[in-house]
Amino acid sequence: MKRRKFIQSATAGLVVPTLVGGFSAKAYAESPLLSALLQPGTDTDHVLVVIYLNGGNDGLNTLVPLDQYDHYVRARPTVHLPLAGLLPLNGFGSLAFHPRLGGFQQLFNEGKLTIVQSVGYDKPDFSHFRSTDIWASASDSDEVLGTGWLGRYLDSEYPGFPAGYPNPQNPDPLALQIGSNLPLLFQGPAAQMAMNLSNPDIFGAWPSGIDDPAPNTPYGKELQFIRTINRQSSTYADAVLSAFFKGNNLATYPAGNYLADVMKVIARLIKGGLKTRLYLVSAGGFDTHSDQILDQKDKGMGKHGDLLKMLGDASFAFQRDLEAMKLDDRVMGMTFSEFGRRIRDNASGGNGAGGTDHGAAAPMFLFGKRAASGVIGSNPVIPANVSVNDNLMMQYDFRSVYTSVLQQWLCVRQPALQSILLRDYQLLPLVKDGGCLTNVRELDSGNKGIDLRILTNPMVDRTDVDMVSNGGRALLQLFGPMGSVVKTLYRGSLSAGTHRVSVESEAYPPGNYYLRFQQQSDQVTRHLIIAR
Amino acid sequence: MKRSEFLSLVQLRRQSAMVRPLAALDPYSGPWTDREAGHLLKRLQFGTTAAAVRNAKVQGLAQTLEGLLQVDPMPNPPLNVYSTPQLPDPDVAFGTTFVNAPINAALPLEYYQARIDAFKAWWVGNLLRQKGTIVEKMTLFWHNHFAVEAGVVGYAQASHQYYALLRQNCLGNFKSLTKKITLDPAMLRYLNGYLNSKTAPDENYARELQELFTIGKGPDSAYTEDDVKAAARVLTGYRINPFVVPLSYVFDFTQHDTGNKTFSAFYNNRVITGKPLNQGEQELDELIDMIFSTVEVARHICRKLYRFFVYYEIDDWVEQNVIRPLADLLIQNNFEVRPILITLFGSAHFFEERTLNCVIKSPLDYAVGMCREFSIAFPEPVDDNGLRSQYIAWGGVASLSAYQGLNLGDPPLVAGWQAWYQQPQFHEIWINADSLANKNRMAENITSPNGLEFLGVRFKIDPIVLTRQLSNPYDAAKLVEDAVALLYNYPLSAASYTYFKNNLVTGFPNDSYWGVAWNAFESNPSDPSARSVVETRLNALYREILSQAEYHLC
Repeated sequence: MKRRKFIQSATAGLVVPTLVGGFSAKAYAESPLLSALLQPGTDTDHVLVVIYLNGGNDGLNTLVPLDQYDHYVRARPTVHLPLAGLLPLNGFGSLAFHPRLGGFQQLFNEGKLTIVQSVGYDKPDFSHFRSTDIWASASDSDEVLGTGWLGRYLDSEYPGFPAGYPNPQNPDPLALQIGSNLPLLFQGPAAQMAMNLSNPDIFGAWPSGIDDPAPNTPYGKELQFIRTINRQSSTYADAVLSAFFKGNNLATYPAGNYLADVMKVIARLIKGGLKTRLYLVSAGGFDTHSDQILDQKDKGMGKHGDLLKMLGDASFAFQRDLEAMKLDDRVMGMTFSEFGRRIRDNASGGNGAGGTDHGAAAPMFLFGKRAASGVIGSNPVIPANVSVNDNLMMQYDFRSVYTSVLQQWLCVRQPALQSILLRDYQLLPLVKDGGCLTNVRELDSGNKGIDLRILTNPMVDRTDVDMVSNGGRALLQLFGPMGSVVKTLYRGSLSAGTHRVSVESEAYPPGNYYLRFQQQSDQVTRHLIIAR
Repeated sequence: MKRSEFLSLVQLRRQSAMVRPLAALDPYSGPWTDREAGHLLKRLQFGTTAAAVRNAKVQGLAQTLEGLLQVDPMPNPPLNVYSTPQLPDPDVAFGTTFVNAPINAALPLEYYQARIDAFKAWWVGNLLRQKGTIVEKMTLFWHNHFAVEAGVVGYAQASHQYYALLRQNCLGNFKSLTKKITLDPAMLRYLNGYLNSKTAPDENYARELQELFTIGKGPDSAYTEDDVKAAARVLTGYRINPFVVPLSYVFDFTQHDTGNKTFSAFYNNRVITGKPLNQGEQELDELIDMIFSTVEVARHICRKLYRFFVYYEIDDWVEQNVIRPLADLLIQNNFEVRPILITLFGSAHFFEERTLNCVIKSPLDYAVGMCREFSIAFPEPVDDNGLRSQYIAWGGVASLSAYQGLNLGDPPLVAGWQAWYQQPQFHEIWINADSLANKNRMAENITSPNGLEFLGVRFKIDPIVLTRQLSNPYDAAKLVEDAVALLYNYPLSAASYTYFKNNLVTGFPNDSYWGVAWNAFESNPSDPSARSVVETRLNALYREILSQAEYHLC
């Protein structure tokens, strides 16, 4: 009877796409007994809600670089968005949101949304599945990792899981995937750390019964796996259900919005006291090879506009709800997608509709009261002549975002930080005061005086390049047209002042190249044309 | 075989479980008992029945395999069970098929989905009514491999054609199936092939053709991004003829890129010469020939077959002793699939102790298998109402499977279901808090008095039907042992048998009272109270057996 009530209240507004409810989900286990005593869990109550935009979100039409507008229109004769209707960003005149991202615009103008420009990785992979795995596992492009970055994070916080879980200190699931299925993200070295939740109504009677010893065969291995999930799920299910009944929403969510339906449940669970700190939700459909826009009359309409509206409106309502609950200090949202889309459009769809193929770097968004206000990074460079192969160069490695979120929001310190992400990455100031660090500088749009000057551009054989340094560790890389690093030109410590290096054309084919100069958390990128 | 013999055989096997056979693919020559027969049947079909196991045991391995690896005829097509007198389907009368209906803009919008739902329910109905062959399981394999979502395609006619294509070719030639699926209208629509043109190349199909359908991403796969682009150009110009059902592709040479297409070193720098007019179609044959001339194609499909039918872990031993020789055999047989399946399913490796019972059932194995194991009676189409009820019940099983993670006809994406490709968990992805709860609830409902209910149509286990198929239902201990053998195909400890048996003898002073109760029922089956005595207890027993971890494995 209690459960019946749950369905009515929680899922009455759920979009049911086909036969299956909008929700669908998971949880796992089995790990060697490590010493849970070694390391007590970090003392923070911060919650991170990860929103996975499944299919590869088109960054250029999400956030239009107005300073590149002519090149943008030329590269995208079909799907470019007209200037009229784009939504401006306070204080950032060279950028504008898609006409249907009003939710994000409002969050940004209130100082509650961080934009990180051109996030990607070296040697971009254009397969959905492979690139999703790279983002989930935080691996290099050519490296295969069987664990996820959040799985490794939870494993470092809760070693030995699931042996001994749940327990009085940790009564709730460590992570919840709601209506999503990205098992690699929460895969720890020895156990799946997340529980999946679809419709909480399904939590029924959990059978106990026989427990014959499991033989040392694959059969025995799977048998133990199923038994563990069975035992664990019943306890966690009760915890989730109880939080759900204790909590209640205080804001109105848009109807007919799948993400809003899911985020509404998350807000309610947080309000109900669930101690789970990581949530994953996902929305599919971003693979806009065709019909990205509907026709030439109103380009905000079409698949991509619908998706962005869903994202913006849901995030906005979620934020308002948390504010009304006075829980907005504790919660931050973060989007990611396996890649952006190609600079050039493909006109697929006919009749004025069109789409874009798989690409590389794209912006990431973080939102919440403590999300840094403003834009990190400079606008992507769109060359005047874009070939079908050209991709946006990454400015920030996606693991820089991960490492900064872990450090500034989930309060992970070294050496754990490095062991979770396997290397050190550039730290970005993503979180305002109220995060874990007290000395993170407020963001501004500048780059603290570092600069990069190309003396001969376009170059034929060689050019000199001046790095204007602030002092400290520095990195200068040359990126090729496809978005990969073709050469690291400098890596090391630089004193404050100007330092000159030269770039040789070597055997590089002519085309659009980029130089990226990074020092601490600052960087500049410059477009370099290699000609013959 | 006596239980003690069965147990000692298992013990013996277990001790040698780690010793691998020298020639993994040599024909299996060990014992042929209920356990091996049950193993083969459960892997190649969805669940099995006591009668099928008995039959297989009599026939022996070779003959059973021969019978299983046949393509039985297409079932009668799916029917209009959705229209009402108030809102008729303009092209299809109630009770007749919509698969040949023209594409008609006047079709009420809700009937596009209603036809898809009817098609999907019917597909699950085919699984429930499967004959003694591998066909439906193998069709699911190809559906997962050449994944297409009926909901995205949007036309049930196209999805039905796609199903028929996979089913008719399920034991046929992989290479020719790859060409046929490339031009299949549902696939052309699903992966945008029908939009791919010389002025606006769309790489979607060209990418998945190589990444998922043929070459894969195995260790020796080395095709490049440029190969994707070149293949996309080869594939320009294929359109769907929207006016004629059955739907077919048409080649529009004005949209075809007639330039030369140069491939990478992985394909030996092959150039596919661009061809004018309708000759452009020949380029597809050249593309398929080129792709299938790499050794990776055979290895990729053999790995997928192995993960689907045997187990998901492919270690070096399996790669060297099973995958490589099987792939060589596939190439020798010019990509005919049936011979390699005969080899694999008849091999020593397939019947190794460590291969038995280790597959986590897919939701269809679980839900359809349960219905078949208990010979659940579904509504008969005696009249319009009966027909509608039949589809509702089939659709009910389809939705049970969907809630457990496998929505037949609508895979989550073009890679198919994660349990069949996602490292490192694979089959374990079928089991989570959510799906497990749904499975347990199905087992609970289907053994309860009201059974499962979908839109007023109920169905449930009749525990008498299964019990009568067992060797000695009068003997409580024997009954439990037989039921466990059929439903788990794995022997349990004496304590566990006793735990189950308590469901039968609770309220009786000793075991023999069960025999008395069963006898009272059998001598007067129409006496409601005699029936109720045994039915209640049998329901409790079967519910208990179905709720254990053991039941999720096959």
